[in-house]
Amino acid sequence: MKEVNISDLERKFEERIAAEIRIEPNDWMPENYRKTLIRQISQHAHSEIVGQLPEGNWVTRAPNLRRKAVLLAKIQDEAGHGLYLYSAVETLGADREETIDDLHTGKAKYSSIFNYPTLTWADIGMVGWLVDGAAIMNQVPLCRTSYGPYARAMVRVCKEESFHQRQGFEIVTTLAQGTAEQKAMAQDALNRWWWPALMMFGPSDAESKHTEQSMRWKIKRHTNDELRQMFVNATVPQAELIGLKVPDDNLTYNEEKGGYDFSDIDWDEFWQVVNGHGICNKERIEARKKAKEEGIWVREAALAYAEKRAARRKQAS
Amino acid sequence: MSNKEWPLWEVFIRSKQGLSHKHAGSLRAADAEMAINNARDVYTRRSEGISIWVIESNKIVASDPDDADALFEPSNSKVYRHPTFYTVPDGVGHM
Repeated sequence: MKEVNISDLERKFEERIAAEIRIEPNDWMPENYRKTLIRQISQHAHSEIVGQLPEGNWVTRAPNLRRKAVLLAKIQDEAGHGLYLYSAVETLGADREETIDDLHTGKAKYSSIFNYPTLTWADIGMVGWLVDGAAIMNQVPLCRTSYGPYARAMVRVCKEESFHQRQGFEIVTTLAQGTAEQKAMAQDALNRWWWPALMMFGPSDAESKHTEQSMRWKIKRHTNDELRQMFVNATVPQAELIGLKVPDDNLTYNEEKGGYDFSDIDWDEFWQVVNGHGICNKERIEARKKAKEEGIWVREAALAYAEKRAARRKQAS
Repeated sequence: MSNKEWPLWEVFIRSKQGLSHKHAGSLRAADAEMAINNARDVYTRRSEGISIWVIESNKIVASDPDDADALFEPSNSKVYRHPTFYTVPDGVGHM
């Protein structure tokens, strides 16, 4: 057993972080760094998986074959993103199934946005344009996060997300340029999704209990409020371009700060949804539990079959 | 509820003929055949590969990061292994 001093290890770890050297799975890391990452990456994974549900709602009702094929490909990507992230969680010594059970018992959270229903086809456009747009804003800086496997997973995710956002904007643009009824449908969807999309960046910096430490460890590269501002700045001109109105009467461009001023978020609504009282929270978790429970026999059968075949091969050789 | 997990596999992908296989990530699968099929779906949805290797993660032997200094010291101290260590007369051209 090698003699090691914890404070030496901590100092070396901090030096690496400061020098922008990535931390890899077998490297020594402070227990809280490991815990913070397990929490953040597993919740990110859960968000990808739960995020398939509001979209799956429209697979059978997509307006044409092209839209249906695209939606299926997008949903398959979300599953892939969840899988990259669960693999990254496992490199930290976490048990994959335990993290999933934590989702099912309500111990682990996922993005609050997926607790809103997708009522019309325009909502699928909004999910791509706004929800994936907000996710990209959050995920691009995470490509430089200090933990290697998380950063590498994010590089793959970001490459794939840009198709998601563009296909969503295409849906919204098509509706906005369609009949008066179609345009009204797009505007109604924007009215419902705008504020939940802004809430995706999490509580304000003053209220965010994890931000400061995560910034120091370079897990996070921007604060919630910074990312939210970047998203508003990028998205408002896109809405204007296609003739839709962002539902905020206080929205004005502030020359001095080089960005938009906007109204306060309804934080009561945010905390309601985070704490399990959104429109679809119960339905989402029920769907995930059902998927796990009803799939167990398949997973057991596959394992039994693999074991039987391995035994046969051993016997034959 | 059964919590017996499928084994963990590491996935390596050759992106094109002429390049070596490179680590892409990991996944869970009941056996090697399923690991290849899952790797196709998880890691090559956009023509990222033309060949896949999978190996059970517990079969990989890795060096210990704590030993890195001692392990790689010989390559750091032998600068004469690099061509730039040597002085050659001007005018020799490309060598």
